Amino acid sequence: MPDIDINSPNKTLMLMGNEAIARGALEAGVGFIASYPGTPASEILPTLAEVAKRRNIYAEWSINEMVALMNAVAAATAGIRSMASTKQNGTNVAMDFIATLMSNGLRGGAGLVLVNADDPGRRNSPNEQDTRSVAKMLDIPMLEPGDFQEAKDMTRWLFELSEELGCLVMLRTVAKISHTRGNVTLGELPSREQTAHFDLVPKIPPVNPVDLHARALEKLDRAKEMFETSPFNHYIGPDIPELLIISCGASVLHAMEAVRILGLQDQIGVLKIGTIWPLPEKLVEKYLKKTQQVLFVEEVDPFVERSVMELTAGLGPSGPRPIFYGKRSGHIPSCGELTPDDAISAIAKIMGITYQSRDPEYTEKVRTASQEGVILRPGTLCPGCPHRASYWALHRALKLDGREGFATADNGCMSAGYGPSGYFVAKIGGAMGGGVGLADGFGKLKRFGFAQPVIGGVGDSTFYHAGIPALLNAVWNQSDFTLVIYDNSATAMTGFQPHPGIGMTAMGEQGKIIAIEDICNAFGIRVEVCDPFELEKTTETILDVMRDEGHGPRVIIMRHECELQRARRESTPYEVFIDPDKCLGESCGCDRLCVRVFRCPGLKWNEITGKSEIDEVICCGCGLCVDICPQGAIEKKVMVTEEKVQEETPQW
Amino acid sequence: MVRELMKDPLSIIVIGVAGQGNVVTSFLICNALVNEGYRVTFGQSYPAQQRGGPVINYIRISEDIQASPIIPEGRADVIVAMEPVEAMRMLNQYGNPDVITMVNPRPIQAIDTTGLGIKYPSVDKLMKDITALSAKTWVVNATEEAQKLGNPIMANVILVGALVGSGILPLDRKVMEPVLRERFPKALDVNMEALDKGIELVKQ
Repeated sequence: MPDIDINSPNKTLMLMGNEAIARGALEAGVGFIASYPGTPASEILPTLAEVAKRRNIYAEWSINEMVALMNAVAAATAGIRSMASTKQNGTNVAMDFIATLMSNGLRGGAGLVLVNADDPGRRNSPNEQDTRSVAKMLDIPMLEPGDFQEAKDMTRWLFELSEELGCLVMLRTVAKISHTRGNVTLGELPSREQTAHFDLVPKIPPVNPVDLHARALEKLDRAKEMFETSPFNHYIGPDIPELLIISCGASVLHAMEAVRILGLQDQIGVLKIGTIWPLPEKLVEKYLKKTQQVLFVEEVDPFVERSVMELTAGLGPSGPRPIFYGKRSGHIPSCGELTPDDAISAIAKIMGITYQSRDPEYTEKVRTASQEGVILRPGTLCPGCPHRASYWALHRALKLDGREGFATADNGCMSAGYGPSGYFVAKIGGAMGGGVGLADGFGKLKRFGFAQPVIGGVGDSTFYHAGIPALLNAVWNQSDFTLVIYDNSATAMTGFQPHPGIGMTAMGEQGKIIAIEDICNAFGIRVEVCDPFELEKTTETILDVMRDEGHGPRVIIMRHECELQRARRESTPYEVFIDPDKCLGESCGCDRLCVRVFRCPGLKWNEITGKSEIDEVICCGCGLCVDICPQGAIEKKVMVTEEKVQEETPQW
Repeated sequence: MVRELMKDPLSIIVIGVAGQGNVVTSFLICNALVNEGYRVTFGQSYPAQQRGGPVINYIRISEDIQASPIIPEGRADVIVAMEPVEAMRMLNQYGNPDVITMVNPRPIQAIDTTGLGIKYPSVDKLMKDITALSAKTWVVNATEEAQKLGNPIMANVILVGALVGSGILPLDRKVMEPVLRERFPKALDVNMEALDKGIELVKQ
């Protein structure tokens, strides 16, 4: 792919939605962007950071989303077009600041855009959430792109809208736009020099605090006026549709496909809403008058559905009175990611037609073949993952301790602690920093007869993001627990972004390194650092630290680099193999410990020989399993480092 | 545009197990198609940056439509599977009597297949069923050939070659070269070798 900042107007590239958003910001002359990694929003910032120096942009991975947005507000106020990007959970983190910001408005200066990427179906998130409701709650003008071109064009225009209204504006996308790729035709890149200056006298005059909310609502009314004629809303279909579909976001693509597949283009019209809050009511009313039936095709909440119903109720008995189909009527699912099939089945039901996706005889045949031929394939920690080593040691230590001890987990890769690849050691967690705050709470229950040891858990990036205040609270209030900080030297799950422990900044410059142990040492508590690959030693350390009770929290830092990150630089460290003479297979008392319990995907069971084997295609050669075999049948040979054949593009 | 599409939109699934690199397969194909003037939507369903689970890529190719990033059930025109169980999983959901299937027969165990409860199905039976459920089947020993080239990950580029060589897509070697050059600036030669190997495998 060519660089995102090529100045070739009208050239068409294949861009990921997030890259299109970054390009839109460039075309708007963005000067400042800050974010914290969170999928499905992760690629927006790195795309800009990569070209930041030559475009004279400042791009930053901030410590969390609230700080990121505060940074962007400062820069915008000083006259630099600014942007912050978050996933839904990040918007929640920044919410308190957003609320005050919407109340106060901007003092003037340059445009300010917040991009929020939601994750319907929560493939990469702790929860499913429809952030469109935040727009309604906090009076934020919000757009949502229906394809990749719009992701770019809307982002560019939002800076103008923000300046026109004097407030923060939002772009809301979903994973199927942010993380999907499609055609984008480029616009021009501006050549603008931006100078930052804070005007002591605000350009937008302050109002009496009592009138702040009224002023925010006035801005929303102005936005509504502008949205009535916005090119981001459009209608495709017959003049008088038998059924009107109202849709937004990725769902528009599903709805259009459904109409095409059913061949109902002459009967069904699709009104695509891009300006989702506030709703362009006159425009919607115009189309409601043309039909007797309306179907809402949107993901997660019935957001547009409710707004349109509310509008219809307000128009009174002389207004349009169509029948509404959607989530309320049960035609469209109320949660999860929508598919074209959801739209097809809703339309077929309303129009009274039968839809068959394929020959039923084929369905019968393929179902029969699949019963035997398809196995479940649950996700697992990667081969070589240091968390597998940490969890193995923790699993053993808790068993040896024997007091029904348990661990908490935090967000990121280490959430695997709840499942088989984390040996089920983690039992509870939730939200960034939750692994620390929950353990802190359990650590105070001794007075109620609580006698179980508690192991708090948090990843390195999460510790910086939200773990520090919780640990501080635990130290202050002398909560009795062990905190394990799983330091794999990366924000791995979202794509290996750096954090303060690495010191590298988003723009590839050396920032200040703030070591986790230095922070913990400043609290005056016991701190141990382990390499979890030293399984025996780590198990002993855990046992020792968890039994060192009675004087507040103590910390074990499990430090070993993420295997995927290491593998980007170097080739396999070892060749690992199983000696078939030493592996006793089914006759060994271990009961298939390596494949059944340890469960690294690089190990497999050979049905024919009845012994374990290494899958040389999967094994990354980390050598961890060498230490778990009771027969010593797993062996490793040191390899010569070789150049990689498919080097990965660094994502930050 | 090189030539007309078999169908518009043409719907292709590229499936693999996380870590096999099928996203790169799709990425290379889609970039070449956009360069050739087609409208492409490349959607994905995948777990986070972890391993083990299936990664589904949905590729929609059209002359004028930006199609949905998800292929409707039973409506795949082509299924490219880097693993045989995954081929069957996709046939079950997206297959139909006209589907063309390209499959790498090298199995990858799931972490549950320890021979105690869940067993990996017979590969011979799988391949027979896949063939019976497809209008046309290409068996491409991509992993095996990639290991001969020095790294099993190259199976993903071998499959790009196989797709180009099969004539399913309006692409040829010439239009793939600049795309590979952009993606692998430091390792173009070995990746071109993998592409050629893929082309050769489907010609046999």
